[in-house]
Amino acid sequence: MNYPEIVRIREVVEENPYVKSIFIPFSKTIEPGQFIMVLIPGVDEIPMSVSRIKDGEISFTFKRVGDATKRLFEMERGDVIGVRGPLGNGFELRGERILFVGGGTGIAPLLPAAEKSKHLGKENIMVIGAKTKDELFFVGEMKKLGELIISTDDGSEGEKGLAADVAERIIDEEKPDMVVTCGPEPMMKRLLDICVERRIDFQASVERYIKCALGLCGQCCIGEGLRVCKEGPVFDKDILIKCRDFGVFTRDASGRREYFG
Amino acid sequence: MVNIGTRISELELRNPTILASGILGETSGSIRRVASHGAGAIVTKSIGMEPREGYPNPTAVEIDCGILNSMGLPNPGIEEFKKEIDEIDEIDIPVMGSIFGKDEEEFAFLAKRMEEYGLDAIELNLSCPHARGYGLEIGSSPDVVREVVREVRKKVSIPVFPKLSANAGDIVEIGKAAEEGGADGVVAINSLRAMKIDIHLKKPILYNRVGGYSGKGIKPVAVRCVYELSRELDIPVIGVGGVETWEDAVEYILAGACAVQIGSAVYYRGLSVFAEICEGIKRWMKENGFESIEDFRGVALK
Repeated sequence: MNYPEIVRIREVVEENPYVKSIFIPFSKTIEPGQFIMVLIPGVDEIPMSVSRIKDGEISFTFKRVGDATKRLFEMERGDVIGVRGPLGNGFELRGERILFVGGGTGIAPLLPAAEKSKHLGKENIMVIGAKTKDELFFVGEMKKLGELIISTDDGSEGEKGLAADVAERIIDEEKPDMVVTCGPEPMMKRLLDICVERRIDFQASVERYIKCALGLCGQCCIGEGLRVCKEGPVFDKDILIKCRDFGVFTRDASGRREYFG
Repeated sequence: MVNIGTRISELELRNPTILASGILGETSGSIRRVASHGAGAIVTKSIGMEPREGYPNPTAVEIDCGILNSMGLPNPGIEEFKKEIDEIDEIDIPVMGSIFGKDEEEFAFLAKRMEEYGLDAIELNLSCPHARGYGLEIGSSPDVVREVVREVRKKVSIPVFPKLSANAGDIVEIGKAAEEGGADGVVAINSLRAMKIDIHLKKPILYNRVGGYSGKGIKPVAVRCVYELSRELDIPVIGVGGVETWEDAVEYILAGACAVQIGSAVYYRGLSVFAEICEGIKRWMKENGFESIEDFRGVALK
């Protein structure tokens, strides 16, 4: 039944001044890359990628950006939210050397993916990017999973510059078998183009405005009617190169096209 | 030789399965995708004068025997929607533009635009159960329905199909008003006004509290409506409500429907539902010695 299960928050972790993780009980199997719909009663219900997967418990990680995340940001242990999921598909880790590239809150789903990758005996290289040092998160946890390279727009931590630039260099130096990414769409589009050109396997987790989360309303469709909530949010390179809108425009709540700047 | 082609007014459909409004009908890509999965026709998402964001979530949940939704008529507005329609040129099945307005002038304007965009028919949303000032609130009065259909009919030369609600008193009375206004057919029914209260939250689960119930649970109500409309009207009836299997489609056609619309079943059965229903209808027709849809349409009425 695709219906919210009402749960109590087990723990809230402040990852940095702008980003928090909320831990909730979750007894179903969920894969890195899959998402849940988080219901904030009376406010909204929003999609959240799973950011940690433990026995009987998961977390999701978010930045305060709108009404829903603002309310979530104020929530404490014991508060009540609703959860639907797991929804969509997860990352499929192929090859032996995986490069993970996360930008902003797109870092969140890459932590469990890198964890799974390490568990499967693969070699991880991780590039995470943020505007500034304060906005980074998961640094400690990721360092345990492989080689971590940090980039910030202002150079306050790690390399100065865009995560995509750093990733391009790493791709050429390290020749990974696969690139797995989540973050701003223009960044992911650039990585897609790089991987197409260099014939490297690639998956990206795509974000769209999600409404029904049942695969019915069509609000989250990209390309040839691919539902981010159903066939996504993780898509393969071969699919994304055919999506004429990927990296070009997203859609607002009314369905109008919003072009990336 | 079995032929499952069907005719609705002047529209020729390759088969009687139509994508219902509000399901995957908002982007050019999703419309092309449904067409490639074998639907006989497609109805777009309901489009209005201006962009509308709809309600906050939850806008849709699965409940017993169906789906409860209260999207709130989100749509990009008629001007922006042209971009989507401009990208579906290659589709070779009829596409019907669903529209909603607050009065007959808005409906007529929107219908004209849809015709100019090149769509093949108009579906009038006179039945959305959860948007203030639209849908059901317009479609509950026979006089208003007659007037809206008449104004739209005057403005466009493509077929006009009002979509009716089973919540609006006597659906036959509304259907007759639509026929008097010049409708080329009617679509019955829209989702039923409904509510789900979450016992843990002790509040309605949908943000908008009230929504529309669709799926298996409403099929008997819809079949009864189609039966009564088919008996009383001289124009074609398109059946919608809980069509998930070929048996459901056959039942509707026996009740008099010349085609069925499919919505919630896309959730339960995926996009292959159109082709699967068509195959099942063909098999059943062969077994029963029917060669065309018309051979068994309305048999239950006799």
